[in-house]
Amino acid sequence: MTGIHADGGAAATGRRADGGAPADGHDRGSPAEELLVAEELHRAFGPTPALAGASLTVRAGEVLAVLGPSGSGKSTLLHCLAGIVRPDSGRVTYRGADLTAMSDRELSALRRGQFGFVFQFGQLVPELTCLENVALPLRLERVGRREAERRAAEWLGRLEVGDVAGKRPGEVSGGQGQRVAVARALVTAPRVVFADEPTGALDSLHGERVMRLLTGAARDTGAAVVLVTHEARVAAYSDREVVVRDGRTRSLEPAA
Amino acid sequence: MVCIVAAMSIGQTFLGLLESTPRHGYDLKRAYDERFGQARPLHFGQVYATLSRLLRNGLVEVDSVEAGEGPDRKRYAITEAGVTDVRRWLSQPEKPEPYLHSVLYTKVVLALLTGRSAADLLDTQRAEHLRLMRELTRRRDSGDLAERLICDHALFHLEADLRWLELTAARLDELAEAVRR
Amino acid sequence: MTGPRKRGRVLADLWMGARMAVTGGRDGWTRAALTALGVGIGVAMLLLAAAVPGALDARAVRNEARNDTGWRPERVAAANTVLVTTVDTEFRDRPMRGRIVRAEGPAAPVPPGLARLPGAGEVVVSPALRDLLDSPDGPLLAPRLGGARVAGTIGAQGLAGPGELAFYLGSADLTDEWAVRRDQFGGGEPGEEFSPVLMVLVVVVVVVLLLPIVVFVGAAVRFGGDRRDRRLAALRLLGADTAMVRRIAAGEAAAGAVFGLAVGGVLFAAGRQLAPLVTLRDISVYAADLRPAPALVAAVAVAVPVLAVLVALVALRRVVVEPLGVSRQGAAVRRRLWWRLLLPAAGLALLYPLTGVGKGRADTADYQVAAGAVLLLVGTVTLLPWLVDLAVRRLHGGPVPWQLAVRRLQLDSATSARLVSGVAVAVAGSIGLQMLVAGVEARFTTRTGQDTSRAQVFVNFDELPDPGAALARLAAAPGVTRSAGTSGTFALGSGAANRTADVRIGDCATLAEYARLGPCADGDVFLAQPPAGEQQLTGFGPGDRVTVSGSETAWTLPRRLRTVPAIPDPAGWIGAGLLVTPGAADAAWTGLRAQALLSLDPDDPDALERVRNAAAEVDLRAQVLALDEERQATQFVNVKRGLVVGVAVTLLLLGASMLVGVLEQLRERRRLLAMLAAVGTPRRTLGLSVLWQAAVPVLVGLGLAVAFGLGLGAVLLRMVGAPVSVSWPVVGLGVALGGGVVLLVTGASLPALWRLTRPAGLRTE
Repeated sequence: MTGIHADGGAAATGRRADGGAPADGHDRGSPAEELLVAEELHRAFGPTPALAGASLTVRAGEVLAVLGPSGSGKSTLLHCLAGIVRPDSGRVTYRGADLTAMSDRELSALRRGQFGFVFQFGQLVPELTCLENVALPLRLERVGRREAERRAAEWLGRLEVGDVAGKRPGEVSGGQGQRVAVARALVTAPRVVFADEPTGALDSLHGERVMRLLTGAARDTGAAVVLVTHEARVAAYSDREVVVRDGRTRSLEPAA
Repeated sequence: MVCIVAAMSIGQTFLGLLESTPRHGYDLKRAYDERFGQARPLHFGQVYATLSRLLRNGLVEVDSVEAGEGPDRKRYAITEAGVTDVRRWLSQPEKPEPYLHSVLYTKVVLALLTGRSAADLLDTQRAEHLRLMRELTRRRDSGDLAERLICDHALFHLEADLRWLELTAARLDELAEAVRR
Repeated sequence: MTGPRKRGRVLADLWMGARMAVTGGRDGWTRAALTALGVGIGVAMLLLAAAVPGALDARAVRNEARNDTGWRPERVAAANTVLVTTVDTEFRDRPMRGRIVRAEGPAAPVPPGLARLPGAGEVVVSPALRDLLDSPDGPLLAPRLGGARVAGTIGAQGLAGPGELAFYLGSADLTDEWAVRRDQFGGGEPGEEFSPVLMVLVVVVVVVLLLPIVVFVGAAVRFGGDRRDRRLAALRLLGADTAMVRRIAAGEAAAGAVFGLAVGGVLFAAGRQLAPLVTLRDISVYAADLRPAPALVAAVAVAVPVLAVLVALVALRRVVVEPLGVSRQGAAVRRRLWWRLLLPAAGLALLYPLTGVGKGRADTADYQVAAGAVLLLVGTVTLLPWLVDLAVRRLHGGPVPWQLAVRRLQLDSATSARLVSGVAVAVAGSIGLQMLVAGVEARFTTRTGQDTSRAQVFVNFDELPDPGAALARLAAAPGVTRSAGTSGTFALGSGAANRTADVRIGDCATLAEYARLGPCADGDVFLAQPPAGEQQLTGFGPGDRVTVSGSETAWTLPRRLRTVPAIPDPAGWIGAGLLVTPGAADAAWTGLRAQALLSLDPDDPDALERVRNAAAEVDLRAQVLALDEERQATQFVNVKRGLVVGVAVTLLLLGASMLVGVLEQLRERRRLLAMLAAVGTPRRTLGLSVLWQAAVPVLVGLGLAVAFGLGLGAVLLRMVGAPVSVSWPVVGLGVALGGGVVLLVTGASLPALWRLTRPAGLRTE
C-alpha cells in the first residue's frame, strides 16, 4: 500500500471499493460535476461557533455522508449548503452560483426547485394527508393539483407506502412517515437531497429500509444526497464521507 | 485471534517503543507489559525471538553490549528501515475485524508516544471500516436472508468498533496526557 | 380516606396544576405570559365597564355642585349674591359651557373650581379651553370671550371632565333683568328618568359590550390548549385518575386566570392614566373618576378564575374520554348540534313573550331582557364551532395556501372558532342593537320644522340700541351668503282682550320669509294671521290704536293694512303678527330686538364660527342656533353615542386580544413553519394560508352574527312595539367592522410570521 499520507488525505476516498468501480456499481460518467462547493465556512450562533472552517464538495449523483459527534456542526454545515443559514464568512456555490450572494427569494426558489429535504421528524404538515404532503412541493412549483397528486402517488408507491396516501401523518408509523418524507423530498426530481439524521427516530430495521429506499431512489433519479448522521450503519449507505469535528471538516478532499 | 497484540505486531510495537530511545530486552518487556500486556505479560522467549527476527530483518541493531553475561546485556536501537516500518504500520489501516481494539489501542498509544497524529490514524481507520461496511451493506441488501443476517452481525461489530473509534477520538487529549506521564 | 388527608391531596393536585401553568422552560413562560395578557386585556375591560357607573356618578355630582339654572326663589341683591347668565355656545360641534357672572357683594358665592369670581374684563377658563385658545384655532374662538383677559383656570372639581370647554366671564354691567340672582351654586332638579324603552336599550348595550369580553377571556385561558391537552393526556396515561386530572387542569387554569387578573389590574391602572387624554365627542373623564365599585371588582376577581376553571373542565372531556387519541393528535371530535341550539332557543323563548314594553312594565322585565339577550348571543359562541366544522368539511382543493388553511381547519377548527367568537358576538349584538336603535329612533326624534334649504343659522339679539348695525355686521361676516334680518318688538292690541302681537320690521324680501305678502312696497304694513284652525289675532284691525312695547308709543294701524297668511319661517316658527316695512316704522320705537336668518357658504367650515363671533361681538348673550331639521332626545343621543363608543372600544380591544391569540397559535406551530420555509415555501403562501385560516371562520362567524343579530333585532323591536324592518347599512357596517378587525389582526401578525419562518428557526428545537 502506497501513497497513504500520515495526514489522512485518503480518508475521504470511499470509491476504493474492490475493483475500483464506483461504489454504487454503476457509472455516472466522469469526471462528476461539482454541484455544491463550500469553502472555509464560519458560522457562530451568539458566542458559540458552530462552524470554524468547514469545506467540502458535493458531486453530482453521489451520496456523501457528513459524520461527526453531536454538536460538531454537521447540521449547521448542511443548513449552510442548502442556503437555509447564511455563513458568517466563506462561500457556498451551487453549480457556480454563489448562494451567499442570493436574496431570500432566490434561495427559496432554489430550495424549492433544486433541493429536497428529509429531516429527523416533524416535517410533514399534520393536517394534510400523506398524498397531499408529497404533492405539496410540486404544487408550490405550480404543477396542477391532479398532476401533482398523480406523481405523488407514484412516489409513495415507489417508497412502498402507497397504502397510507389518504392518511394523515399522525396516523402512520414513524418509518412510514419518514418514507413519505423521502417521497416528498424526491418528488420534484431535485439535484440534491439533504437528509439530516433521517433515521434518527427509527429503529435499525425501519431505518435501514428508509436508507435503502432513499439512496436507491436518489441513484435512480441521479440526485446527489448529503446525508448528515452520527450512525455508521447509516453512513454505510454513502459513497464517501466527510467528518466534522469542532466545526471543522476533518477530511480533505482526495487529491485531484 | 486472541485478545493480545498479534504476533506480527509485537515486532512493530517493539520498534515503536525503541523509536524514542534504545532499550535493553528486559526494559522492552517491562515497557510493553506496562502499556499493552495488561493481564498477559510477554514471555522472555517471545521477546528475544521477536528481537532476533527484527535484527535479522535489519530493523533494529545492537547499540551496545554492557559487561556482564548473556544476551541480556545487549541494548537495541531502531534502524532507519525500522522507523519506516513503524510509520507504514501506523498509517496503514487495519483490516477491520472483530476484537481489533487491542491492536488499534496499541497503535494509538504508539502514535502518541512517537509524536505522530493519532487523530489521522483514527480517521484512516474509520474510512477503512466504512469501506468494509459499505461492502457488507451492499451484500446484505442484495443477498438472501442468511446472507443478510450474517452481514448484519458483522456490521454491528464494525459499528461497535467505529463507536469506539469515535469515543477514542473524542478522548485523545486525555489519553495523550496519560501516555506521556 | 379521612377528610384532611383528602383535602391535602386535592390541594397538592391544584398546586401541581398551578405550577404547570408556568413551568416548561421558556415555552411555558411565553404561553403563560400570553394567557395572562389575553385574560388581562379582558379583565381590564371588565374593570373599565365596572368603572363607568362611578365615572358617570362623579360627573353628575360635579355637574350638580356647579348647577346655576333652575328655579330659585326671588331674592334681592345682597352681599352674598351673584348674578349669573348662561352664554353657552359651541365650537366646531363641541359644546362650550359659558357663564357671565357679577358679584353683588363681597360674600358672593364662588362656583366650584374657582378661587374667586372673575372681575370685570377677566375670564376664567377650563384647561381644555385654554389649550384651544393657545392653539391655531384660538383666534376663531377668542371673540366669544368678549376680549377678556384669561385670569385663571377652572379646577377639576368645577368641570364635568378634563376635556370640557367652559368659562366664567366677569362683567361689571350685568343686571338682574337678564341674569339670575343666586346665593349659592349647586342644587337643582334631578335628571330625567330613563324611559322603559331606553332602559331596554341600556340593558342590551351592556350585555352586548360585556359578553364578547367574557367570551374572549374564556378563549384566552385556553391558549396553548393543544399542548396542555397532550400533557394532561400523558398524565392520564401514567395513571392519574379523572378527578386528579380535573384538579390539575383546574389549578392550571386558575393560575393563568389569577395572573391575568394581576395583568388586568395593572393594565387598567395604566390605562386609567391615559383616560384624560381622550375626548370622545364631548365626553371626557378624569383618571380619578374611573374607580370601579368594590363590589364589581370583587365580582370580576371571582368570576374570571371561576370562568377559567369551568372552561378548562369542559375542554377536558376529550382528554378524559380518550387520552390516547389526544396524545397522538388523533382525529377531531364529533360536534353535536342539539345542545348548541338549546341556548339560543332558550334566549328566544325568554325574549319573545315580552311585548309592548313601551307601555307600563315590571322590573323583572329588565332581567328577562338581559338573560334572553345573553342566551341568544351565547348561541353564536356555541354554534360557531359546529358551523365552521360543517362549512369546512366539504371544502377541498384550491391553491396551496387555501389547502393548508382548510385542512388545518378541518383538523382543528375550534381554536380558530374560539378566537373569532368574541368578534362574532360583538357584531351580532351590535347589529341587533343598531336595529333596535334605528327602529325606535323615530320615537326619540322630533321634526323641528326648520328648513335648512332656506337658511342655516338663526341669530337672535334681545334689545339692542342699534339693531340695524348688528344685522349689517352679521351679514358682513365672511362665509355668510345671504342674510334676512329683521328688527322687532311687540304691540299691545286694542280692546279688552289685551292681546299682543309680534312686530317685525324688515324689507319686503325679508318679510316674505314670514308670510305670503303678495304685492309689497316700502310703507306697507301687513297683519300675518296663522292658518285657519288656529287662534287668530284680534284687536289689530286697520285703524286700530295699539301700543308698541319698549318705547310705549301709541300707533294707529294704517287703513291699508292687509291681512296675509303667515308661513313657517326657516327656523320653524309661524310668526303671526304685524309685518312692517321700514317706511312704516316709527323712529321713536326703541329697545328693539334683532333677528337674522343666515345662509352660509357650504364650502366654508368656519363660517358658522365667524357668525358666532360676530354675534358675540355685538352681544355675548346673543343666541345663535344652527338650524337642523330633526332633533333627538338628549338621553337617546347619549345612549346611541355610548353604543358606538362601546362597540368601537370593544372591537379594538378584541382585536388586540385576538392578535395575542393568533400569535400564540403561530408560536405553537413555529417548527412546522420553519420547516416549510426551509423547503422553499414562499412567504406569501404562508401569509395567505394564515389569512385564509382566519378568514374562513370569520366569514362563517359574521354570517352567523348577521343571522343572530337580525333575530335579536327583530325580537327587540317586537318587544318595544316598533315595526320590524332590516336596516341593511347597519348590517353592512357591523360586518365591515368585524371583517376589518380580522384583517387588521392578520396584518399585524405577519411580522411575527416572517420572524418565525426564517429557515434558521429550524435550529430552535
